[in-house]
Amino acid sequence: MGEVLITSALDGLLIGVIYGLAAMGLTLIFGVMDVINLAHGPLIAVGMFGVYLLFTFLGINPFVALLIMAVIGLLLGFFIYFVAVNRVIDAPPLSSLLSTFSVNMMIIGVGTALLTTSSYNVEYSLGSFEFGFFRVPGARLMAALAALVVTGLLYLFMYRTRPGKYIRAVADNRASAELMGIPSTRILALAFGIGVMLAVVAGGLIATILPINILAGGSFELKSFVIVVLGGLGNPLGALFGGLILGLIEGLVPVVMKTTWVPVIEYALFVLILLVRPQGLMGAKK
Amino acid sequence: MKRLRFPGLWITLILVIGVGIIPAINGSASLRESMFTILMSVALASSLNIILGYTGYVSFGHIVFFGVGGYLGFYVISQHGWNILPAMLVGGLSAAILAFLLGATVLRLRGAYFALATIGINEAMRALVINIPILGGPVGMEMHFSEYKKYGGPMQALWMVYWSVLIVTVLTIVVSYYVKKSKFGLGLMAIREDEDAAEVMGVVAPRAKTWAYVLSAIFPGIIGVLFFFKNGNIEPGDAFRLQFSIELIVMVMLGGAGTVLGPVIGSGIYQQLRKVLLTSPIFKNIQLAVAGFLLLLIILFIPSGAVGWLRSKSVKLRRVLE
Amino acid sequence: MNRKSLFLLTLVAAFALLLAACAGGAPAPAAGGEESAQAPAAGEAAAAEGGAQEVVIGFTASQTGKYNVESDRQTTGLQMWMDDVNNAGGITLGDGTVLTFKAVSYDDESNKDRVQELYTRLATEDNADFLISPYSSGLTAAAAVIAEQYGKPMITTGAASDATYKQGYTQVYQAYTPASRYLTSAVDMLTALDPEAKKIAIVYENSKFSTGVAEAAQAYAQEKGYDVVLFEGYDPDTKDFNAFINKIEAAKPDAIMGGGHFQDGSTFARQLNEKGVDVKAVTLLVAPPEPTFAELGDAALGVTGPSQWEPAAKYSEEAAQEAGLEWFGPSSDEFTSAYESAKGEAPSYHAAGGYAAGLLLQKAIQDADSVDPAKVKEALDNLDVMIFFGHEKFDTSEESHGLQVGHDMIIIQWQKDDSGNLVKQVVWPPAGATADPIYPIP
Repeated sequence: MGEVLITSALDGLLIGVIYGLAAMGLTLIFGVMDVINLAHGPLIAVGMFGVYLLFTFLGINPFVALLIMAVIGLLLGFFIYFVAVNRVIDAPPLSSLLSTFSVNMMIIGVGTALLTTSSYNVEYSLGSFEFGFFRVPGARLMAALAALVVTGLLYLFMYRTRPGKYIRAVADNRASAELMGIPSTRILALAFGIGVMLAVVAGGLIATILPINILAGGSFELKSFVIVVLGGLGNPLGALFGGLILGLIEGLVPVVMKTTWVPVIEYALFVLILLVRPQGLMGAKK
Repeated sequence: MKRLRFPGLWITLILVIGVGIIPAINGSASLRESMFTILMSVALASSLNIILGYTGYVSFGHIVFFGVGGYLGFYVISQHGWNILPAMLVGGLSAAILAFLLGATVLRLRGAYFALATIGINEAMRALVINIPILGGPVGMEMHFSEYKKYGGPMQALWMVYWSVLIVTVLTIVVSYYVKKSKFGLGLMAIREDEDAAEVMGVVAPRAKTWAYVLSAIFPGIIGVLFFFKNGNIEPGDAFRLQFSIELIVMVMLGGAGTVLGPVIGSGIYQQLRKVLLTSPIFKNIQLAVAGFLLLLIILFIPSGAVGWLRSKSVKLRRVLE
Repeated sequence: MNRKSLFLLTLVAAFALLLAACAGGAPAPAAGGEESAQAPAAGEAAAAEGGAQEVVIGFTASQTGKYNVESDRQTTGLQMWMDDVNNAGGITLGDGTVLTFKAVSYDDESNKDRVQELYTRLATEDNADFLISPYSSGLTAAAAVIAEQYGKPMITTGAASDATYKQGYTQVYQAYTPASRYLTSAVDMLTALDPEAKKIAIVYENSKFSTGVAEAAQAYAQEKGYDVVLFEGYDPDTKDFNAFINKIEAAKPDAIMGGGHFQDGSTFARQLNEKGVDVKAVTLLVAPPEPTFAELGDAALGVTGPSQWEPAAKYSEEAAQEAGLEWFGPSSDEFTSAYESAKGEAPSYHAAGGYAAGLLLQKAIQDADSVDPAKVKEALDNLDVMIFFGHEKFDTSEESHGLQVGHDMIIIQWQKDDSGNLVKQVVWPPAGATADPIYPIP
């Protein structure tokens, strides 16, 4: 029993780091502009397929492909921001929910037409590592490490660079940030771009360890909602924490009960936290 | 000639009933099926409009009431051989009770938090049903074909279901209209504009919101029973389909949130558009993207929806369209 | 006041026109509706002339959505049958009428919502004479209701769940071996290979089909004295099986059985391999018989799977004679080589199932010497025939009408040939085997 618990916990934490990264972009965008990006899932899928295509057809190493996709993700984020989000940024929440959802439909629509909804695999293996009784595929270990590195970089960017500080200022109070001479529209676009970039990068990492299809981002989007609430809406670093908790739940709950209870527990916890502690376990942005 | 006193209501009703009886006139089963889908969407979207359009609360997982009502109603029909009428009552009532319980808690949340919570509730409910063996667990339930024979065979049963949906749809619209025109509705709209100010002005917001939520849940619960009775089977994935929930919001927005006619027009347009795109050789593969593009154009340029836009164009229209 | 009411009336009229145009526009103008009411009559009128008649076969295919791989193959198979019949000049009935076939199909997006609307449309607007099921038990359950409601005989293929045939339907006929008999032979094979094996873990997809298979397998295994140490379903969207794999490792079974459809099954096999799970046998549904399963490489080696049909299956005119059954249609080899030259890959059983569905319908029409639904239905009830797909016979009892009772499953295994390539071998039943089973998995 002990071995199972430890193995399950470790497996859960490894995947949890990636869940956390997948949720980070969503919570960043929400924190800065109060927009729930409903195109989040499809954007994760864009990252998955970007890495898949670069690797499979051009033979580019997935981790190099990830860098390329990060740049593409940033640009895509700017584009989506100016086309779909900028005009509705001050409208009631429903407008931005729907405008981002329309982006969701377009990505899925085009993606389905081009790629169908079949499953693909990035045939990339790094062998297996064994630590005593715990055996883990190398790719999973690498993906988890990469996710930690990205989180660290995001932290440095947000707290140590000028654009990062601008983003936090706009998130705190857009009007006064503007009074201080911060170009708020450009900063919002930047924040959205980074949010999308994070989603794309997370997708790329997922592609190296799990099978992908154009709809696969959807389940990560739903998980991201839960994570974001666990970690505090609008708190990108809290997302890592939320992801780890979710990973642990998914790893450990099945040891003691049927796996089909996992989502019941997850979503019940989600609603409960929204009700009793909407700032999340780690505290929200304000 | 007697003066038409409630043009906003009559126009909507004549429209729905007029179109609703076309399948009966030409007896086309295929048209009836298409109309069933449209009427069902009209009823669901109009119900959603009460909480979304009038009260300003984005119920993202509204389909949960359709699912819960459908599940319990289907359960009593398929497992206990109940008649469809009491089963519809079960469906409507269970959805209403759920909404009442949720209303007391979840409606405290505002804006995006409420939207997220409703998604969570829908997903939690779906996951929960999967773990309940008497409701069939993950594979759901099937209904024995002989159930249709109680209504004079499948043909009669299908027509009966169709008329029931038409009646429920008409009821939904009447309720929607009277809510909008009543003092209660004014209170809701005050909440939509500014909840804190509304409370200062004497609107008991928690109570008003809860009742609005309950009203918007009853009809989806009943429709769920009819839909799954017609389908002959029910599965968790079909009953709690989040995608459908979002489509309903799109329909409301398309026609105009907060109007009586809007959800009716919006559902009609949306379902027809979807059908045309799906069966057209050019757009078939990319229908979702085209629909998404149209949605974006509407959100960006006509955010008040078709009816809202018409109302803003002419004073006369504003008087007759609600 | 007058002006106002006039204005109102105009407005209402305009709206009604608009919606009527909408409602009528896409599916059918009013005239189409009237025609559909007399659909069967129209068909017979043409037959009476003794000339040519086009028989319309309606079905939906999952061109998009989670079932599109299997569904595409099934449609290809069905289309091949139709081309074969039409190219051979159609079927000539006793009265000289020459029947040719035409397919009308729509994309159901792997979504049940659409299935019923589309099948209703097939049954009414498109005047389909006969229906073929969509792929998967879930979608077929939805389509079966419509077939029954409109009294159109439907051959189901790619739909193995038993439950659909226990709902009192009379028009629905199953070409596949039902789910309840999918894994029983895998249990038998385990017994034969290793009398010492005692523990089985059953991990299956939470879908209609695989749940039916798993429940039947559990009952059968327990009856045979096995200890089912783990019995659990997973969500159809599952991508990460680690939680299950950890549970399996803790339960230390001799054999793992389960899976569901192609995507989850192949992922499960891959992750079992990645985690280095130590079991003696792995038997999965649906995925292993697919030719693309070989892309898993080493993870595929030794995996077994029940299959409805394999190119190597020995169903022939001689076999039919031995079994005392009537033989009908092309041989297994003819079908396989025709499919290979058309598609460039070996047919999977989904493709064969599609072809078989058409063939069964053809046989019934020939037996009935008519396209009258009632006569064809009677012929289907009496059908007892061997085709390249195997023995086909339907249950005609009231409680499970249409359930397949003739057809049997075989078991395949991925093995390495002399040059180290993965090849699919039939390993069970021993009579039809092309190789000995590898046991335990290396």
